[in-house]
Amino acid sequence: MPRLANDGDDHNTQAHSSPSTPQSPETTIERSKLEVPRPPLPPRPTNLSTLRSRPSTSYQEHGSKDGLLSGTTTAVTTTDVNTYTTNDGSRKLHTSIGSRSPSSSTLKRGVIGSPRLSDTGDSSSLRSYVPQLETREEVSSLFGDHITEEDDEGNSRPSQDVFSSQFEADAIDIDFDKEFDSIPEVDEDGNNEELAHSLWRSKSKHFMILSAAGKPIYTRHGSDAVISGYIGIIQTIISFYQSSGTSLRSFSSAGARFVILSQANLFLVAISRILESDSQLRLQLEALYMQILSTLTLPNLTHIFSVRPSSDLRRPLQGTEVLLSSLADSFTRGSPSTLLSALESLKLRKSHRDIINNTLLKSRVDELLYGLIVAGGRLVSVVRPKKHSLHPGDLQLIFNMLFEAEGVKAGGGESWIPLCLPGFNPKGYLYMFVSFLSLKNNNIRQAAAEEEIPKEDAVAIILISANKESFESMRSVKNYLVHELGRSRSLATIQNAIQAGRPLPTDIIPGTVLRHFLFKSKANVQFFMPSFTSYETPRLRRRLLSVYHELHASVHTKHASVKVHHSVSASHAALAWVTPMFELYCVAGPSTGRNALAHSANKVVQWVQKEEERIFLIGGAVF
Amino acid sequence: MANTTSGGASAPKPSSSVKLVLLGEAAVGKSSLVLRFVNNDFQENKEPTIGAAFLTQKISLPNRIIKFEIWDTAGQERFASLAPMYYRNAQAALVVYDLTKPTSLIKAKHWVAELQRQASPGIVIALVGNKLDLCADAEGSGDAETAPSEGGGDAETGAEGAAADVEAETQTDTNARKVPKREAKAYAEEESLLFFETSAKTGSNVADVFTAIANSIPESSLKSGRGGGAAGATQAALSGAANRAEEARVNLGERGKDVKDNCAC
Ligand SMILES: Nc1nc2c(ncn2[C@@H]2O[C@H](COP(=O)(O)OP(=O)(O)O)[C@@H](O)[C@H]2O)c(=O)[nH]1
Ligand SMILES: [Mg+2]
Repeated sequence: MPRLANDGDDHNTQAHSSPSTPQSPETTIERSKLEVPRPPLPPRPTNLSTLRSRPSTSYQEHGSKDGLLSGTTTAVTTTDVNTYTTNDGSRKLHTSIGSRSPSSSTLKRGVIGSPRLSDTGDSSSLRSYVPQLETREEVSSLFGDHITEEDDEGNSRPSQDVFSSQFEADAIDIDFDKEFDSIPEVDEDGNNEELAHSLWRSKSKHFMILSAAGKPIYTRHGSDAVISGYIGIIQTIISFYQSSGTSLRSFSSAGARFVILSQANLFLVAISRILESDSQLRLQLEALYMQILSTLTLPNLTHIFSVRPSSDLRRPLQGTEVLLSSLADSFTRGSPSTLLSALESLKLRKSHRDIINNTLLKSRVDELLYGLIVAGGRLVSVVRPKKHSLHPGDLQLIFNMLFEAEGVKAGGGESWIPLCLPGFNPKGYLYMFVSFLSLKNNNIRQAAAEEEIPKEDAVAIILISANKESFESMRSVKNYLVHELGRSRSLATIQNAIQAGRPLPTDIIPGTVLRHFLFKSKANVQFFMPSFTSYETPRLRRRLLSVYHELHASVHTKHASVKVHHSVSASHAALAWVTPMFELYCVAGPSTGRNALAHSANKVVQWVQKEEERIFLIGGAVF
Repeated sequence: MANTTSGGASAPKPSSSVKLVLLGEAAVGKSSLVLRFVNNDFQENKEPTIGAAFLTQKISLPNRIIKFEIWDTAGQERFASLAPMYYRNAQAALVVYDLTKPTSLIKAKHWVAELQRQASPGIVIALVGNKLDLCADAEGSGDAETAPSEGGGDAETGAEGAAADVEAETQTDTNARKVPKREAKAYAEEESLLFFETSAKTGSNVADVFTAIANSIPESSLKSGRGGGAAGATQAALSGAANRAEEARVNLGERGKDVKDNCAC
């Protein structure tokens, strides 16, 4: 798997102030070298309370947001663009040390590759808090049995964590039968205007993008006629704050949370009635912004508005709406990958994956920058140059385009797609060759146009080049790959792995109380999850994802002092456990006791360790 | 489609590949025409093409098999600068407009002009007015046979009835045609283009366009010998991994040369 350098992580260590000073002020850690330093934010309520009693407004100093692009290098980490897990999604890491809640750092997000480097930085920062943690003993008895086993560097003990426990309100349901229905156009005499507005208001989630000049660029729901009023109001509010030198970041109104991402020429707005934290919504907005950059590149976007601030961006973005909408809808449905800022890999035996990796390496031609084999949105293999890593945010855009939206997959044949990968380089286009394979009945051939490939079964060969003339050469690489992978029976192996599906929790741990879990390996920037079998409907799955959102928020708030978080509601009992190496989120039935949860959590960690080389793509094919 | 073969053609016919590019404004139905031609299928509310798609389809002429290598482009403005990559070396182009949308014909004329200026001199260009099914009449031009979806409805039936036959939901207007056939045809003749009105939805005239193109490609510019570019690429792909980069390049070079050689003779 892509080795992602950890730019900025080394800042963590030095920047921590001693936790022993009770009133020590908030410490701001600069996230990226390119960033403009910024004064600390006002103190925030700790932990989950932020989710429940949302502050009515929060804002930041204006002008400090230098865009998503800071820190973009060729060797990239998840942390660059869209993995801001601080509560307000700020680009800085804030550590507040208060007398009442000793805080440890929840700064660490995953970094693909070089785990040693990143872990050292992080764990040393963690360690400095240990003496303060009062509930430590409770936790250490909870996880005591396995600490030594998984702690080869001696610094990631769960015993250092604080335990917290909450009773959660169950998430509000989305009516998935209607959420994605389109709203009728308002007709000329405005007869159905009332209806259109009430339909619009009935949606659980909205995404809107407008230009700084207030022109609508994109809305997930409703036509211009319906949204123009709302756009007007939002723009007025935003500019009110701007005129006083601050920029509005979020507010609540009528049971909905509004989060605004301000970019140089754009405002991106999320409105959610689902329980999601500001930072989680911000992450989603950042993904939409990345999609816009991916279509236009940053210089083009800047140019369009510098020529004419009132430009209508919809024209140059033509054809991008479907991609924005499929991103938006996957956020509304709930996406573990987005929540965790991590990718999922197809589970394969190591020896099988090695064969595939080697084949990819051998297929390489000079023009090839990245080569990927992806099965239904899960990574099978990656080939990449040593000095260029892959940005999970970029891959999210590619996977959305190929597996969520229909345009490419249903087109049949092979595609040659100019696109900008903002994490790689926001300034220019790359060219992506895509070919979907149909592996049905071990009869390998190129998928026919319009062939119905269920998302999970679609296998794509993705070859990315910086040379727009290299279609033929990429195509010959693909032909070679298909031939060689067929010869080594690797395609059959891939097909079998797809057909086997994700294992049930009880396949992994016989008799476990767990109904589902998410395990994120920070070092690999990948996650693993069992099948959604007990969460078949969109509504059930969304509920599960909402539980994960809450758990995630509770261990990632800026002030979180929590490394283990337990929550119980009428419908579930859940546990989050965060160490410098991994994040684990487990969900079980409501009557499940804490110890049973903890026991299963330990089992999951053990299992992952045993299976690590199968469930994660480690190393990959590097040239 | 009667005249397409799925691959196992009768042995003796020579086969040649023809590179064809589709150009035209977004949403006029380029991808739908390709889908109809390649898969004999149609999709309502097709999602827009991203980038460009490459597909192949063979058709069998009396004396030879033509393998079309089709570039279906996205037609969005921001991709306009990439178009030369697709029409360079193309032996045929299908310039498509939507006959319910006059601006799309203007755009089509721009493409024709660009092709005449920049593409290979011998390129065969077909101008195609698509979405014929949306026209309730045949434009009073005595071309009733080009509107098969009418299913017997005459002028005096009033548009309502005929429209309902076609597609109840999309048809609010009685006759959505905005580009008179006469006008487009006259332009095509002036510019020496093949001209067709088609419906990707009903399939009307779609195969005819491709057959006409195949018949119009000068014998001299057809690559003789089996295979063609794609087969060559496969060959290169199969011949081992050691110097793959080299082979890819050679392969590319040969393709370019082929075209030139053939043009010269
Ligand atoms: N009624 C009708 N609709 C069509 C026809 N061809 C395409 N469409 C529709 O027009 C829209 C755009 O078609 P598409 O093939 O994507 O256009 P492209 O952008 O030029 O490739 C889609 O919703 C198609 O279903 C046609 O012949 N008749
Ligand atoms: Mg298209």
